Amino acid sequence: MKKSIGVVAAAAAIALSLSACGGSAPASTEAKGEINYWLWDANQLPAYQQCADDFTKANPDIKVKVTQRGWDDYWTTLTNGFVAGTAPDVFTNHLAKYPEFASKKQLLALDDAVKNDKLDLEVYNKGLTDLWVTEDGKRYGLPKDWDTIALFYNKKLIADAGYTEEQLKGLDWNAKDGGSYEKAIAHLTVDKNGVRGDESGFDKNNVAVYGLGLENSGAGTGQTQWSFLSATMGWTHTDKNPWGKEFNYDDPKFQETIAWWTGLVEKGYMPKLETTVGASVADNFGAGKAAINTNGSWMIGQYTSYKGVETGIAPTPKGPDGKRASMFNGLADSIWAGTKNPAASVKWVEYLASADCQDVVASKAVVFPAISTSSELAAKAFEAKGIDVSAFTTHVKDETTFLLPIADKAAKVEGIMKPAMDAVLSGKKPASSLSEANDQVNALFK
Amino acid sequence: MTTITKLPDPPTGGTKKAGTLAPVRKGQRIGDLKMALVFIFPAMIGFVVFFLIPTIRGVYLSFTEYSILGDPTWIGVKNYVSIFADELFWNSMAVTVQYVAINIGFQTVIALGLALLMHRVAKSTFIRGALLLPFFVANVIVALLWFWMLDYQLGIVNEVINWMGLPRIAFFGSEQWAIPTIAAVNVWRHMGYTALLIFAGLQAIPQHVYEVASLDGASPTRTFWGITIPLLRPVLVLVLVVTVIGSFQVFDTVAVTTGGGPINASRVIQMYIYQKAFTESDFGYASALSVILFVILALVAFIQMKFLKGNESDLD
Repeated sequence: MKKSIGVVAAAAAIALSLSACGGSAPASTEAKGEINYWLWDANQLPAYQQCADDFTKANPDIKVKVTQRGWDDYWTTLTNGFVAGTAPDVFTNHLAKYPEFASKKQLLALDDAVKNDKLDLEVYNKGLTDLWVTEDGKRYGLPKDWDTIALFYNKKLIADAGYTEEQLKGLDWNAKDGGSYEKAIAHLTVDKNGVRGDESGFDKNNVAVYGLGLENSGAGTGQTQWSFLSATMGWTHTDKNPWGKEFNYDDPKFQETIAWWTGLVEKGYMPKLETTVGASVADNFGAGKAAINTNGSWMIGQYTSYKGVETGIAPTPKGPDGKRASMFNGLADSIWAGTKNPAASVKWVEYLASADCQDVVASKAVVFPAISTSSELAAKAFEAKGIDVSAFTTHVKDETTFLLPIADKAAKVEGIMKPAMDAVLSGKKPASSLSEANDQVNALFK
Repeated sequence: MTTITKLPDPPTGGTKKAGTLAPVRKGQRIGDLKMALVFIFPAMIGFVVFFLIPTIRGVYLSFTEYSILGDPTWIGVKNYVSIFADELFWNSMAVTVQYVAINIGFQTVIALGLALLMHRVAKSTFIRGALLLPFFVANVIVALLWFWMLDYQLGIVNEVINWMGLPRIAFFGSEQWAIPTIAAVNVWRHMGYTALLIFAGLQAIPQHVYEVASLDGASPTRTFWGITIPLLRPVLVLVLVVTVIGSFQVFDTVAVTTGGGPINASRVIQMYIYQKAFTESDFGYASALSVILFVILALVAFIQMKFLKGNESDLD
């Protein structure tokens, strides 16, 4: 009668002990056979399938089976695979996840491969290769792509409000009054009677179009929500990155940023958190319910494909330091330590990280590949589709990026920060309450 | 067997009787036992492999630190000590109890009403069957269906509310509404099934009791409270025990809709266990939470059986 998660977990553990004997086959040193490769983004599947086909053409002894699984299932399936011995040989890895995998010895270090095959790590965009080196100096991934943040805007709503696209590309922000960024957001907000957010008689409880769309509170990372603002205040998530041991959510610079951002809800310029449970922020944008969305470059395809909505892309606003900022996230391909075919896996990972494959990915105009020359190709491919992506590339060109915080226990940090940030965003608690959450977070590392 | 029962009782009394009968009975019992074991065996395998061993291992894991990758480390009662100081645990218990109260309260009353209607009014098999339909749809599908229908911006329910000139309601998004909404969705799914169980209990009440009552001139209300409810009690207790235990373990509806939010408003205990185990890789802590839930459920079931006298019937 009683069936609980713990029991399920225990059953999984038993399955582990039963299946562990399957791992006794000798690892082949020759690069041949079939290897499994996983990724989560369906938009990128065609590109990587072509890479796999090209790879097999060049290496007829190695077959690559590409499998795509949605983000939600990806990580649990992968973890279960580690335990059960059925994980893919090579998989797309994420900065928020790999530290734990590495510390649990689930990843194959690539240092020997880099040394033996004399890989040139300088071809990648600056900083991307270092993200995949752990504290003990071992390398666990070769970079595949990167992303930055920008403002997606509805061209018609902008024009109706009397804004030019040039104006939108030159916004500035500060935590005191929000600068021209807040002015634009206020003016772009329209209530049911057609009164704008900065006009008298604006009814903040009956808003038809929000100036700024809201995805969620961003938990402890705020990648697409607020990190591009807090960074211009000189704030960083952790004492050092990567491998920070102390978080800075008690810093006034951070809390001022959050107080300003969450204040947009109270002013009626941004939807309430409770109304965002369900339909996605991008779909609401597509339905004309918000003028601006802040989101990542991986969303370009979706934002530019809504019928009847013309979407433009502007860079994030300049902060008090006169510069823009964007979180810089890079994915990589990693090899599972339990692979029976390390030689072939290494060969495949090296191919994925080569210009041969990354140029193919670039030509599909879905993401920016990690190799500098390939990401220029991608920008051209986007341009050929009529999409100006300079708002994303400008951060890399001007070196205004900062790295996604890489730390141990990322899942536990998010577990504490999500409810804490939700409480502030929904007006239940002041931004100063984040100091308490910060204490809990830092206690994890004691 | 017949020869034994026909043996005259020796005048010396009970002890000797037991003595003479014992060997025969014992042999008989062993014969039954062999057969019984044969019948029980298949179920026993399932019980041992899927329940007993995992439960024992779960209890063991609750005394360890275990991230599923690697080996568990014995840490004694540290998990339990942490749990008692864990605000999120107490919050999840409070949220769960709130859910159970709303869910079971409405579900039982509505199901009882439906069962009476099935018994007295709706005799068509079609209508009786239709009441069960929501139960045939998978939990997750039901949850997602209502999640869409109750969506703040695009859901049909809010469109209707808006059309009537009333303010939209963030059914799954607001702290006040999240748990009542989830409870209501599950009441909708389970009420037909619960009604069916109660309906079976109603049919077991002999018609002659009602006939006597009507001869005595008892009003329908008086008949209901004086006859139906007392005679239905064993079935009601069974239904309550089963549904309360099921209700305590609500998970899928929460997981596919609110995910525990907003803030912690719908982070029911099973959701919290899932979060600890599968999101935060803390399987030891999650196992300890599961053990606590197990104890609580065992207590709840025991108390219900004890105080509601579920194993006795007033019919005797």
